[in-house]
Amino acid sequence: MKTWKFYISIFFISSNIACSNKDETPYIPTPSPLNIPELFENNILAPIIPVNNPQTTEGVLLGKKLFFDPILSQDNSLACADCHAAENAFSDSNRFSEGIDGSLGNRNSMPLFNLAWNYDEKFFWDGNTFSLEHQAFVPVTDPAEMKSTWNQVEQKLQQHQEYPKLFQQAFGTSIIDSTLVTKAIAQFERTLISSNSKFDKYLLGEVELSPQELNGFNVFMDETRGDCFHCHGSDKNPLWTDQIFHNNGLDETFSDLGLGLITGDPADNGKFKSPSLRNLAFTAPYMHDGRFTTLEEVINHYSKGLKNSSTIDPLMKKVAQGGVSLTAQDKADLKAFLLALSDYEFISNPAFNNQ
Amino acid sequence: MIKALTFTFICFISFYSCSEDKDDKVTQANITLNFNHSWNNTPVTNMGFNTVQFINENGEELSITKLRYLISRISLENTLGEKFTLNGYNLVDVTNNSNLSFTPTNTIPTGTYNKVSFIFGFNNEDNYNNNYQDLNSASWFVPTMLGGGYHYMQLEGKFIDNTETETGYAYHAIRAIDNSGTTPVFKDTFFEVNLGEITISNDTQLNINMNIAEWFKNPKTWDLNILNNMLMPNFDAQILMFENGQSVFKLKSINP
Ligand code: HEC
Ligand code: HEC
Repeated sequence: MKTWKFYISIFFISSNIACSNKDETPYIPTPSPLNIPELFENNILAPIIPVNNPQTTEGVLLGKKLFFDPILSQDNSLACADCHAAENAFSDSNRFSEGIDGSLGNRNSMPLFNLAWNYDEKFFWDGNTFSLEHQAFVPVTDPAEMKSTWNQVEQKLQQHQEYPKLFQQAFGTSIIDSTLVTKAIAQFERTLISSNSKFDKYLLGEVELSPQELNGFNVFMDETRGDCFHCHGSDKNPLWTDQIFHNNGLDETFSDLGLGLITGDPADNGKFKSPSLRNLAFTAPYMHDGRFTTLEEVINHYSKGLKNSSTIDPLMKKVAQGGVSLTAQDKADLKAFLLALSDYEFISNPAFNNQ
Repeated sequence: MIKALTFTFICFISFYSCSEDKDDKVTQANITLNFNHSWNNTPVTNMGFNTVQFINENGEELSITKLRYLISRISLENTLGEKFTLNGYNLVDVTNNSNLSFTPTNTIPTGTYNKVSFIFGFNNEDNYNNNYQDLNSASWFVPTMLGGGYHYMQLEGKFIDNTETETGYAYHAIRAIDNSGTTPVFKDTFFEVNLGEITISNDTQLNINMNIAEWFKNPKTWDLNILNNMLMPNFDAQILMFENGQSVFKLKSINP
């Protein structure tokens, strides 16, 4: 009888391993799949959700609490949200963000939205970290940011009044470890979906664009004028980025090697991930080092300010003349179009704010 | 003991029950296209990218920083005039060393085919009637102002121009469009690559080579000093690419 039971259980275990990779969990939180916007559904590939970290109501709620909680920093003074503020599309309006001890990094904080559509899962300006879960490990111990240790964070959370219960609800265990912390944060971050800009609504036939915005879009798409679409998306790619690393001609020599520092390949020096052009109305200053405070400066850079170097992207044309020399009208219209990519509903969405 | 063996066996079965069934029917075969690249006789991979080391027919020294292109509609025609078209299309991405090998999902009957071919790019039906999520995600689309649809090829790099300056080029192939008049004028620039006669008795790998130098050479010598950028809206440049493209692909060998 006993052996019979043994065989049965072996059978179940093996067929379980064969057909899925799921652990047996006695407790199942409430599944909460992402709401995929229509334009994303129609035009681009499905988002990346790791099989071992499905979206759940309890997980997202916990992740949100952690994201806004300074408990993750050494002296309980700095939260993720301090450098990734909702009103800035989860970026920082300061050029460089202050860590807990006032030290400054050397890169501009990145806005956080549509992160589940980062198909290559390379995060940071230079793509140095794979996957959103792994990314969330980094700021907590970064000496220029939260300067804590995971040991300390785990202890603080474990001793907290609410967290053990919230982890129980999200993951079926009240024993808190760093992996679960990062899983919850990543779940919350994946819900930060921005798809309600004026231009989105135009594509859905809900609003009209002004003649200025329409001409700006044409400048953006026109290979003989802006030619931005090769790197920054289009009506066919609502992410407004190719998520690839390029040198867009900011410098002749590089104080920050960017991708080159990660790959060790000099051909990658000065390359950074193309940022999304969504939500530019909220994400100034611009570029990896926040060198430009206005969109006019950015547009002037592409129009007249290109700097040559051996790794400058071949798509940066007329480098000898400093760029494509847009007319004043085209520049103004391009700016109007870029601003139409900003999503005011996103920054005021109560689901993303710490009420 | 027998019980134990039986259970081991059942466990085994259950292990394999989730994997795909593979029928070894001898009469059907898979075709795989392997894409290799060269500069004339020198093999080119992404390892050779980013360094100015090639010389084109017109005498410009150049590098390659990006190369990707689309192929579609692999077709086989037998002596009875039957035509089999294999499913799917493939975006060969030499820059990232991906999709260099393409095996369509459907099989074809074994036998001798007097014509095996594929389309470089998309024919018009495929180009305009579909919204391809994967190609949009890869930023492979063509702006609506140029007729929409998709790129056929993106070949980019640097060349030394006639003022000795390293200059970028973006050799992007699309369907030719002339926008200068009131209504746009199109000319087809996708083309069929004929690999010739092939006998298929088993799963077969076709090793195809793209000689990149041919894009600059045959029949028209390409002058990068004149044609280096903004080529998508350039009708004549697209026709040149179409003409020079005819000779770039060759079937090198067949396995097994
Ligand atoms: C002191 C300011 C600061 C704090 C605190 C901070 N970040 Fe960041 N974050 C940054 C900066 C700066 C970058 C870009 C750094 C780089 O690329 O080198 C960044 C990048 C990111 C990215 C990459 C986005 C992308 O598209 O590649 C994510 C995700 C992120 N942070 C999430 C978080 C989370 C989660 C926390 C809390 C656990 C957090 N950050 C805490 C400043 C901060
Ligand atoms: C070759 C690819 C490429 C092209 C073409 C290109 N960009 Fe960029 N863009 C980038 C990269 C890469 C960055 C980030 C560079 C950095 O920070 O070092 C960037 C940054 C930006 C930023 C700053 C966004 C932010 O959040 O910091 C804006 C705005 C922008 N580009 C607009 C444009 C416009 C408008 C055009 C067309 C005139 C254009 N880009 C053409 C690659 C490109």
